[in-house]
Order: sequence, then C-alpha cells, then structure tokens
Amino acid sequence: MKKIIYLLAILTLLPIVNYAQDISLKGKELFGGMQARHIGPALMSGRIIDVENHPTNPRIIYLGAAGGGVWKSSDSGTTFNPIFDEYAQSIGVVKLDPKNPDEIIWVGTGEIWTRNSVSIGDGLFKSTDGGSNWTKVGFENSERISSIAINPNNTDEMYVGILGALWSDSEDRGVYKSLDGGKTWDKILYVGPSTGAADVIMDPNNPSVLYTSMWEFRRSGWGFSSGGKTSALYKSIDSGKTWNKIHNGFPEGDLGRIAVAIAPSDNNILYSVLETGEKATNGLWKSSDAGKSWEHLNNDFGLTVRPFYFSRITIDPKNPDVVVKGGLNGSISRDGGKTFKSLGNMHSDIHDVVFDINNSDVLYSGTDGGMYRSWDGGTTFEIVENLPLSQFYHISVDNETPYNVYGGLQDNGSWYGPSSSPGGVNARDWNSVGYGDGFRVLKHPTKNIIYSEMQGADNVWRYDADKNRTRTVQPMKRKGDPDLRFNWNAPMAVSAHVPDRFFMGSQFLHKSDDMGESWDIISPDLTTNDPTKQDQSSSGGLSVDNSGAENHTTIFTIAESPLDENILWVGTDDGNVQVTKDGGKNWTNVTENLVGIPANTWVYHIEASVHGKGTAYAVFEGHSTGDMSPYSLKTTDYGQTWNNIITEDVHGFVRNIQEDYESENLLFLGTEFGLYVTIDGGKNWSKFENNMPATAVHFIELQKQTNDLVMGTHGRGVIIIDDISPLRELTQEVLAQDVHFFKNKPFTMLEDSGFSGSFGAETQFVGQSKSRAARIVYYLKKRHTFGKMKMEVQDMEGNKITNLSPEKSKGINVINWDFNKNIPKMAQGKTLSYGGFTSPRVTAGNYKIVLTKGKKTYEQIIEVEYDKNSITTLTERKEQEALTETLFNMVEDLAFMVYEINETMDKAQEIIKDDPKGKKKAQQAYDALNTLLKELVVTTGDSYVASAEPELREKMGDLYSNIASTYDKVSGSNRDNFELISEEFDTAKSKYQVIQNKDVKKFNSYLEKSGKELTKLKSKQEFLEK
Amino acid sequence: MKTIKSLFIALLIVALAPLNAQTADEIINNYFENTGGISNWEKLDGIKMEAEADAQGMIIPVHIFQTKDGKQLVKINLQGQEMTQVSFDGETLWTTNFMTMAAEKSDQESTDNMKKQMEDFPSPLLNYKEKGYTVEKLENETIEGTDTFKIMLTQSPLTVDGVEVANVTYFYFETENFVPIVTESKIQQGPMKGQMNKTTLSDYEEVNGLYFPFSMNMGGQGISIKKITLNPEISMDMFAFPEAAVITEEGK
Repeated sequence: MKKIIYLLAILTLLPIVNYAQDISLKGKELFGGMQARHIGPALMSGRIIDVENHPTNPRIIYLGAAGGGVWKSSDSGTTFNPIFDEYAQSIGVVKLDPKNPDEIIWVGTGEIWTRNSVSIGDGLFKSTDGGSNWTKVGFENSERISSIAINPNNTDEMYVGILGALWSDSEDRGVYKSLDGGKTWDKILYVGPSTGAADVIMDPNNPSVLYTSMWEFRRSGWGFSSGGKTSALYKSIDSGKTWNKIHNGFPEGDLGRIAVAIAPSDNNILYSVLETGEKATNGLWKSSDAGKSWEHLNNDFGLTVRPFYFSRITIDPKNPDVVVKGGLNGSISRDGGKTFKSLGNMHSDIHDVVFDINNSDVLYSGTDGGMYRSWDGGTTFEIVENLPLSQFYHISVDNETPYNVYGGLQDNGSWYGPSSSPGGVNARDWNSVGYGDGFRVLKHPTKNIIYSEMQGADNVWRYDADKNRTRTVQPMKRKGDPDLRFNWNAPMAVSAHVPDRFFMGSQFLHKSDDMGESWDIISPDLTTNDPTKQDQSSSGGLSVDNSGAENHTTIFTIAESPLDENILWVGTDDGNVQVTKDGGKNWTNVTENLVGIPANTWVYHIEASVHGKGTAYAVFEGHSTGDMSPYSLKTTDYGQTWNNIITEDVHGFVRNIQEDYESENLLFLGTEFGLYVTIDGGKNWSKFENNMPATAVHFIELQKQTNDLVMGTHGRGVIIIDDISPLRELTQEVLAQDVHFFKNKPFTMLEDSGFSGSFGAETQFVGQSKSRAARIVYYLKKRHTFGKMKMEVQDMEGNKITNLSPEKSKGINVINWDFNKNIPKMAQGKTLSYGGFTSPRVTAGNYKIVLTKGKKTYEQIIEVEYDKNSITTLTERKEQEALTETLFNMVEDLAFMVYEINETMDKAQEIIKDDPKGKKKAQQAYDALNTLLKELVVTTGDSYVASAEPELREKMGDLYSNIASTYDKVSGSNRDNFELISEEFDTAKSKYQVIQNKDVKKFNSYLEKSGKELTKLKSKQEFLEK
Repeated sequence: MKTIKSLFIALLIVALAPLNAQTADEIINNYFENTGGISNWEKLDGIKMEAEADAQGMIIPVHIFQTKDGKQLVKINLQGQEMTQVSFDGETLWTTNFMTMAAEKSDQESTDNMKKQMEDFPSPLLNYKEKGYTVEKLENETIEGTDTFKIMLTQSPLTVDGVEVANVTYFYFETENFVPIVTESKIQQGPMKGQMNKTTLSDYEEVNGLYFPFSMNMGGQGISIKKITLNPEISMDMFAFPEAAVITEEGK
C-alpha cells in the first residue's frame, strides 16, 4: 500500500517535472545516423608497436599501433581490419590465449616505445569473442602495459607487466599475477615509482620460470632520462613468488632499458640487450645457461641505437641462432648473435618483428611507416597497403572543390590530398610536400603556394605547386638576436586579411609580409624563458638523445583574429597566453587570469573567434607533467576573464577546439580519446562515436563552404564528418518535435566524368569519398520500429519521382538521393538489356521529400540545380532532356508491345497444346508474332560473349542510356541513330498492327466462338505501374 | 483516466526495470511472446515474402521462400525475367549465373555451411538450446540512437576456405519492446572479410498473429516487404537444382 501511495505521489509530479526538463541527448542518441568517413592516407601508414602471431593458424596476425588501435589479418598479413575502435588507440601489447586463441584476446593499452609524441593507454582489455566485444579488466591508471604472459597449461594463470607512467611517478608499475583469468591481481614485483616492467616473458617449456626486465625512465616536456640504479633483469623459478637479479657478467653501475628474449627452441638460450652508456658493455648479451651467466657479443650501432625506441629481440622459433633486433633499420644475425646485418629495405624505425609460425622465411615487421612482410627471410620487404594509421600532428584545408586536406605526419613527411575523389581517395591521390617529420602544412589563401616544415623548423618550405619549385623560408637568427628556440612542432599561421602574410613562432612571434622572403620579430620573448628547461644537450640519460624533440619554452600556437588583423593570440608550451591588439606593438600576458589551469600547463591551441573580437578559446594540456585532465577556457574580453567550458563528460586531455562559424554554442573538442561535441556552449559534451574511433584528435578544421568537420588524428589519418550544419539547428523546440527536417542549401547535380581506376583496391586502403547526392537530413525523436515509415521524392504537383529507403534512428538521420528518377520498364527478352538500367536524372527545380510515418506525413522542399561548370547550354540541355523522355517512353511502349505479344503467344500455345480444333489459327498467330518478336528482342544466347546480335530493344535501350546519362548536347550522331531507331520501331508497330488485324484477330474470333477465354491483358497503365 | 492508467503502468515498468535485470533467456522469451507467442512461432511451417529491393530508381521485385525443414529460395525479377538468385533444397545450394542465366551449384563448403543452418527457421533463437546453440547477454548498447539489449548467439562453427570459424551473430533488442532492430555478424570471406555485416529491422507489422519486420536494410541496401504469407503452398520442385534445364540449354 505504501508503495502505491508513493508511486501515486510521483505520478502527480511526473508531468510537471517532465514539462520543465530540457531534452538532453548524449552521444549516439543525438548523432543517430550521422557518420564519420575516413580518407587515410595509408600509403605511408603509421607506427606499429607490437605484432602477434596466432599460435596454430599462420593466416592470422594481429598488430597493435601507436595511435591506431588493434588490427587483425586473416589472410597472412595481406589485409587488416580494425577490431578495437571504441577504446584507447595507443597499444602496448596484444596477446592471444594459448588454449583458446580464436576467442580470447588480451590488449594492454599505452605505447611502450616512449618517444616524445606518444599517446597514453587506459588499461587492460579482454575479448572472449575474437575481438567483436571488449571488457576493460583493470589497470585504468597504468598508462602503458608492456607485457602479458600466459601459462599455456593453465590459461587462468597469467602475468602482466606494467611499464607505467612516462611523465610522472606511479605506484601502478610492476609485475602483476592473476590465477583466475584476470578477475583478481596480485602485484608480485615492484621496485619503485619510477621503474616499470619493460619485458615480462615466460619459459615456453616451464611456465613457472619467468624473466622480467625493469626500467627506470622519465620524460618531461624538455628532456628524457633513461637509466638508473633500479633498472635490472630478474628471474623467478617459482611462478613469481621470488625474484633474483641475474646479472652475472653484466657491468656494475646504472643500467637503462633492457630487452630480454628466450629461444623458443632451446630454453637455456637467452638474449638480452643492455643500455649501459659504455661502448664496451652496451648492446647484445647472450646466456646459454638460462641466465646463470652472460657473455657480451655485439655493440653495433644497429643494436644499441635509441634503446627507449627499439628494444625488441625476436628469435627464430626453429633456430636459436637466428636473432632479430628492432632498430633504425632492424638487424638480423644467423650466427647466434656474433654478427649482424641490416634487414632489407623498408621504412626506418623497426619496433617489432615476428616469424611465421611454420615458415621462417616469412617475417612480419612493424615500423614507423606501417607493417611489412618478407617472404625471403628478411631480405626483401613489401608494405601492407591497407593500414590507414597515419599520425597527423596538424591539418588544414583549402577552398577548392573538392577541398584538399594538408598535414604533416610523425616521421612521414608532409602531404596534401583531396577530401573526395572519383572511386574513393586512393594512395595515388596524395602529394608529398615535405621531408622528415611533418607538422603544419598551410595553403596560401589566394595563390597556389603551400607552406610546410620539418622538425624544429629546420626547414620551412614554400612550395609553388604550379611551377613545382621549392624555397626554404624559415626565419633565421639575425645579428644581435639570441638563439631562436623553435618547438619540434613549430607553429605557423597564414593571415586571412593579408594573403602574403605568414607567421612563425620561436620564443618570438615572427611576421613576414612577403611569403617568408623577409621576417620581422614582432614580439618580445613570449615564453617564461626558464633556463632550467632549455638545456637539451644531455637529454636521454645513459644514451644521449638530443634530437630537438624536447626543445622547450617555445611558442606553440598562433591565432590571428578573423575579425581584425591586429589582434593576435599566442600560446606557449610553458603555459603563457599572450595577446596583442595592435599587430604586435604591445603584448598583454593574460596567463594570470586563467582559471583552474595549473601553472606552466602547455597551451596547445588558441582559437580566435568569429563571434567577437575579444572572444577566443584556449585548450591546455599537462600530459607532459603527468596531468591527464581536460582543460578548455573561453574568454570574451581579450583574456581578462575566462570561463571553464569543460564538463565531466569529457575523458582524456584536450589538444584542440574548433568553433562553428555560425552558432556560438556549437563547439568541437579534439581529445586524446576522440571527438566531443557540444551544442550548448560547453554545458554538455557528447562523444561522437559513429565510425569515429577513440583516437587522439590533434587538430580540427571546419571547412567553410561545405561545413565539413575535418580532423587530423594521430593514428587514424584524416577523418571527416560531412556537413555539420544540422547541429546548428538543434534547439529545444527542434528536439521536442517527432520529426524535423533540417535546412539544406540547393543541391548541385555534378556532371564530372567520374572516371576512376580501381586497380589495387583489392588490397589497398581506399578512403570514402563524399556522396555527390542530395543529402537529406532529418531528426526523429524516437526510433521507428513498429508500423510503416516510407520516404519518397515527389515533384511539386505531388507526382512520385522515386522511393528512398529512410533511416529510422533516434536522433539525426541522413539519406542520400542521387537525383535519379525510376528506370524505364524494359521489354522482356532472353538476356538483359543493360541500357535499361540507366535512371534518368530529374530536371533542375524544386522537389518534395515526403516522409510518411504511420498516418502522419512530413514534407521538406529541396532545390536541385544544374552543375555551374557544365559545358552544355540550357537550350541544349532541354533538348537532351526532351529526347531522354521520348526515348524513355519509346522503351516502355516497346515493353508493352512485347508484353502483349508474349501473352498472346502464351495463349496461342495453350490452344496448340490442348485444342486440336483451334490449333491451326493459334499456330498462325503464334508464328507471325514469334517472327516479329525475334526482331524486337534478343531471344537466344547469353548476356556475355555468347550474346546474340542486338535487336530493337537492345539498340533502343543503348541509345536511351547514352542520351540519358550524358549531360551534354545531343550529338548529330545521336540524332541520326534516333531517326533510324524510330523508323525501325514504326515499322515494327505497323507489322504488329498487320498481325493483330489478321492472325491475332482470327485467333481471337476462334476463342470467342468456341467460348474460350480471351488473352488476359493488363492495360498499359497497369503494366507500367512501379 | 486511460492516460493516467497507462502512465501508471509506464511508471511501474520504469520503477521495476532496474530491479529486474534481464537475462538473455528472458529477453528472447519476451521477444517471441511479444511477437505472437512461442507456440505460434513453433507452428510456422513456411513463409513467403514478396518484397522490393530499392536501389535509387531501380525497383527489383524479390520473392523469398523459407521452410521449416531448411529449404530457402530467393527469386528476383529483372526486366521481366524471373531468376533464382539463390536456392537451397536441403542438399544442394545453387545460384543463377547472370551472364548465362543458367543454374550453377555453389561450392561444397558453402553448401555444408548452409546445411548447418537448416534448423534456423523461423529464427535461430527459437528453442536455441535444442539446436545446440548458446546465447550470452552482453552490455546494453545504444544503436540506431536507442537503448538495446545485446545478445550474442553462437551456432555450430562454419568452415571458410578450409578453416573452421566461429559462427556468431549479435542481436540488438530495443529495450522498450524486445524486438530486434539490428543484427550483426562477421563477414567471413570476400573483400569485406573481417568487417561486420549489419542488418537493421523496422516497420514491424502483424501477419496472422505474428510480427515481422517489413523493412530491412542490409549494408545500405533497403528491402521493403509488401506481403508475407504464412504456411504458403510451395512446390518443392522450385528449390531443386534444375539439372534438366541446363542440359536442354546446352543442347540448343
């Protein structure tokens, strides 16, 4: 009783509460059927971290990428498919269950090759259905998981090595053990908060024997340190209960990263690569007594180079003397590690290599430039061509149709390519515009000039795309200047107000008004200029690694106001936000006004707003101090005051923000784990997950003409969400409607040739092009599940043009109409007449999109226009349209005639068979009709090379198709052919008339006289009904 | 009064739902009960679906026949010509070659895989335990913008290119009404191998007491069903591979 009273009480409140509540849709509920599309590129692919074999099936190979998730191949590495899109895309290790490798897959997230630009992971994941569904098992704060070892006899017993945080202390590091398949874990080896587990391996013949290398390491925004007293190699012979250092023969003193591997074919043989800082002891060591003693074998460059980046040893499963070591080029030994040669040519920076389980001639190699296969023992390598793992630092777009996307990649240069291309965006569509590591690539606003750069602004190129000429134009130190400090990813900007104006940032803001020919410094040092963050000469720890990647106290982002050329914003990697309102004469440091941002937090991006001169957004990220929180602020008064616009909805630190040019409340946020969108100025954020992986979004652009949101991701290439303008309309009023059609601009019926070769597409990645159709977008308050829901295109008088298959998702739905009417009804023949599959296009004008849902009807009027680049005049076009219609009707007239003939012939056959009295008349009618029919349609042969000579249907169909699908004037040849076919058809019609008046008439009068049913014929209208 | 009553019921459901976490069996059971009742589904001997595939201006009539003993046939009509796109008579799986318009047998592996699914009519979920299948309830998912129960169905493994592969289908049941609105299964061969084959289901309507989706979308291809006939009279000859016809063709 109490319950009922309680419920009644709620009931009385319910309508009022509901009435007052805003409709707040999150994520997939809101975005419904709106999908992202991927354009790659894959021709240079991206960094691979870990490669994993299936233990028994050589066709199956897995790989874990630096920022592109986990991919599976079922065809021996010919092609791969992504299987981990919804989770952190930075991968440390992939491991299959030894007993049930088809179903149980483990993924440890967080890259373990700790370069400056690595992303982060967020735990250990398990799939029990071969990678379709995943569960996070734990280790949420582990940041980087290096190893998983599973007892092959009892797969519930497993070990996980946590390398841990790169930029901070962490007590999550160490080796963990589970005895219940990952439900519970014990930490069984921990050395300290700065020393993580680099390799944890198990003796394949004796699962109670384990080896673990521990590594002391740390990165900051301005340096890296590898090595210390706590780096060591351990062995346990009691399933991890006790651990002993096995350093017999190793040098005393600090050690850095240690790699260790055990020979699958001889468990006494171990190889280890030590980072000691001393040439005499650096490099490869070997033990032939299961770690009791060690012998130093080799200190070649290939074995000692950059241990933090290359520390993987692979041993041939059949031969303990064949050893491969990752490195700049990768090294292979066939004499037990005494001597090495480089692996065959492939992209540099080899991180992992595996042998095929049965055939050691076959190797798979994961590099900075993707995955490679070798069939000849590592001499020749070929690249896997369908891995769009490209790691963009930055992207930009131009205003061409279709627009191009420009950007620079980690270790893979600078590029531009089309956002859309006939047959899809292929590898061959991309153009190289820079070497080395690529970062920002910007198009000159009015000239066909492209600016690009390599690391640390060592080169800034000005490329004349028309003349194919390049100049280097980076700002250089002048007399009296201090040394210039450029970030590894040095900021560039072009002016929207002065087309030849080009900005670059060191610690100063540099301005050029002649496309980089000459430069002025227009600011003081805008950074903190903290000298303690400026000595990179000894960065690296035991192995010095001064690549320039750690340069700090530099400008990182430059933003010119789109409303005023004199308003410039600058953000620095050491936390300063600076603004000038007079083109650089006076600068205001507004850092102190920031709210909730820890001191010296990297200013990753500033977005100067179109909605007000004093309005700007700034995003900050502190991952290089171990702070993974998302930060984004908005100011409307030139940085005097700031408001936080981040909510708890956002997971992962923020690298970029993009405002909408029309709706101030619509914002897009690029985070380390994907894209977030707000439609209410940051009060609520929704993660966009429709075909959008949880990859790091480094830069976002909103292309102005198309309203396409273009994202440069650091691991999955360029991802585009076409036309986000519907999001502008999402008000409470709209969300409350059952159905709402979003506004559209007039649609253009493009007339490009569409030629494209699909060569190579079998195994190459092909990016999805933008649909050229009319894009009809509507909102449904509820998913449509019961009863009828239909959509059709009608002319303005309500005549049906064609059906559309509507999407029925809750939220936003997108449906394309390719401007086609229904195809004509074709005469029946023995074979298919391919011309008959051509749909005629509609004429320009207004059309109605009519959605019927249950008893209700909703309408939207759309405007369709001709291609402005057409080579046809309107008069010519009208002739083409009229002739198309004439031929369309002719094709259907013939179809009806053939239908009548066929039906009559069937009837005649019936009589021939069953009625001896009527046989003669029936036969006469049949024969006459059959003779005619053979002239009208093909009645023999097949639809390929055994085809018969074309008859009237085929010839008419081909002409119809030719005219209907060419958006050009009707040619003289077309007209001549039309004349011929018209005459032939007229002749056929006359012949038919004669047969009807004679043979068919006699046949029919026989039927009537003998009381038999006449041939049943549909009316023409009934026959043509579609 | 009626409104208050239905609100009250709605409220009860909302209040009780969190307490009654649904098991896979409850969800499947609810589905069959809500769409006509398990015993009625069990009684179904065959079905004929008259449908249209709509491909931007091209409307292709499609007839689909399925029987309880595992026979299947899909017939389409192009330019007035009827052709069997795919047929299975319990022994032989065959298709029509579009170039020659002649019947051709499918490879033995595909036929064997088809044989393993002969008990799937009208749904592999109906009495799945007796068929030796297993189900598992996974985390709820938002799909088609709406909250769904996700059920994984595992059937007997298939053989693809000589290797045994798991035969898994995911069903997404709208939580509000327990009917499946999406099914997914992994594509096992061809250029799309490894990706998901997704079918969306909607426009559920009643036919003699049973509810069927009258609209389907398979990988972007919409199919709308015009008419469903339950327990239709079907000539069994239709499913058989037309050996004689081929000989005649060749003899011409």
